[in-house]
Amino acid sequence: MKLVKEILFYEIHNTIRSKWVAFYTAFFFFVGYGLFTFSGDVSKAYISLMNIIILIIPLVAIIFGSIYFYNSREFIEMMLSQPIDRKSLYRGIFLGTSIPISAGFAVGFSLPFFLFGKVNDQFGGFLVLLLMGILLTFIFIALSFLISVRQDDKAKGLGIAIFIWLVLAVAYDGIVLLLIYLFQEYPLEQSMIALTILNPIDLGRILFLMKFNIAALMGYTGAVFQKFFGDSLGFIISFLALAAWIIIPFFFSSRYFKRKDF
Amino acid sequence: MITIKNLQKNFGKVSVLKNINVTFEEGKVTAVVGPNGSGKTTLIKSILGLVKLSAGTIEVNGKSIADDFAYRNSIGYMPQTARYPENLTGNEILSLIRSIRHLNDYDDDELMKIFNLEKEMEKPFKNLSGGTKQKISTLIAFAFNPKIIILDEPTAGLDPVSSSYFKDLVLKQKELKKTILLTSHLMNDVQELSDEIVFLLDGEIKFHGSVQSLLEDKNETKLERAVAELMTRSLPQ
Repeated sequence: MKLVKEILFYEIHNTIRSKWVAFYTAFFFFVGYGLFTFSGDVSKAYISLMNIIILIIPLVAIIFGSIYFYNSREFIEMMLSQPIDRKSLYRGIFLGTSIPISAGFAVGFSLPFFLFGKVNDQFGGFLVLLLMGILLTFIFIALSFLISVRQDDKAKGLGIAIFIWLVLAVAYDGIVLLLIYLFQEYPLEQSMIALTILNPIDLGRILFLMKFNIAALMGYTGAVFQKFFGDSLGFIISFLALAAWIIIPFFFSSRYFKRKDF
Repeated sequence: MITIKNLQKNFGKVSVLKNINVTFEEGKVTAVVGPNGSGKTTLIKSILGLVKLSAGTIEVNGKSIADDFAYRNSIGYMPQTARYPENLTGNEILSLIRSIRHLNDYDDDELMKIFNLEKEMEKPFKNLSGGTKQKISTLIAFAFNPKIIILDEPTAGLDPVSSSYFKDLVLKQKELKKTILLTSHLMNDVQELSDEIVFLLDGEIKFHGSVQSLLEDKNETKLERAVAELMTRSLPQ
């Protein structure tokens, strides 16, 4: 654990000084600032923020994570020539990448809420959006590391990363709609829940909808979730499923990292 | 001392190292030479645990390296290409490695002076030249007083003055009974520094002996010519 902390300390220093993180923080700050300045309705601002978070965070996290891992390859080799076990090094690098990016988001996202005094308006909603952004960052960095550990070719790895983002963020809803259309004569509720759990971006959306009690207004899967689990259970289940989305890719990539040839 | 027995390394169906048996002794500089793709770097990476062995054993100072990482406390390694996290400084990397090695017994002052690194150590790596990064790699490899020093193409990025200092440093370490292993394409460097030569071709050791015996065997005074002859003879006609 001490080794993980050492690596983490320096990795955080390295990532936090990167211009990417500053730009990323500024982006969320100005989006929030703009929404609160130009939109009088807090609920609308929340929904716009949610839509931005579920599209932008996965994209940035999966691309930043892949580029960072590929660029760290020689450094990883150098570190592995030191007396350090692979598990500690991998944990250190993963947390050292995920924590600064999450922190960048958290700062940029929270500042406008405090500046405009909006935190108390919908404290629960603010916390859920913050939590969702952080979870999505960890999930997509875990996915990007899984891709980068398995695929040595940087161009192919980045291609796979963008493809996964496209499928989960853009194409997935279309595929779900197509399935609903094709199997409209069958009861689909349970399959819809399974399909939602298989997509962390949808899960993030559900988490938000459950909190705002507007699941029924926001599409089929939201309504199904609410009907089946009710608000609190639905919230817990989607939260646990999001946690599984971090743990499972991390577990497999860590296992592969331990026996990888550098 | 490093003892390698029946080492085999395959990448998929390609066999990169085939039945390697060799011992690298204390107080000697051994050069691993061979054409590109002959398996030099893979051999070094096997000793460092960077690649997993397909078969065979490696012992460092009498202990098997399988499933161990503490043995790397006794190894200083200088990689072929030096690349570090671009926003960190040389000093930060050095203190990271210092804390990983739990060592207070290190000597970097002399090396910093030799390579004129004091000011460079304060700058982030993205502002440093390739040669300066290479010098920092040298510093990391030598500063912790390791018993074994592994150098992969060490002089390739160094200017003539630094290269000359570097060679003095290697010879000084040899006097201290260190086990030194190096790879290089620069045969003048190899001739100047090494006592022994391991010649690798297609993952097999084709020659292992003293530099002197190779020169005598090939009736040459220059190592470059002797190795070139070894290479052309070993290739299928």
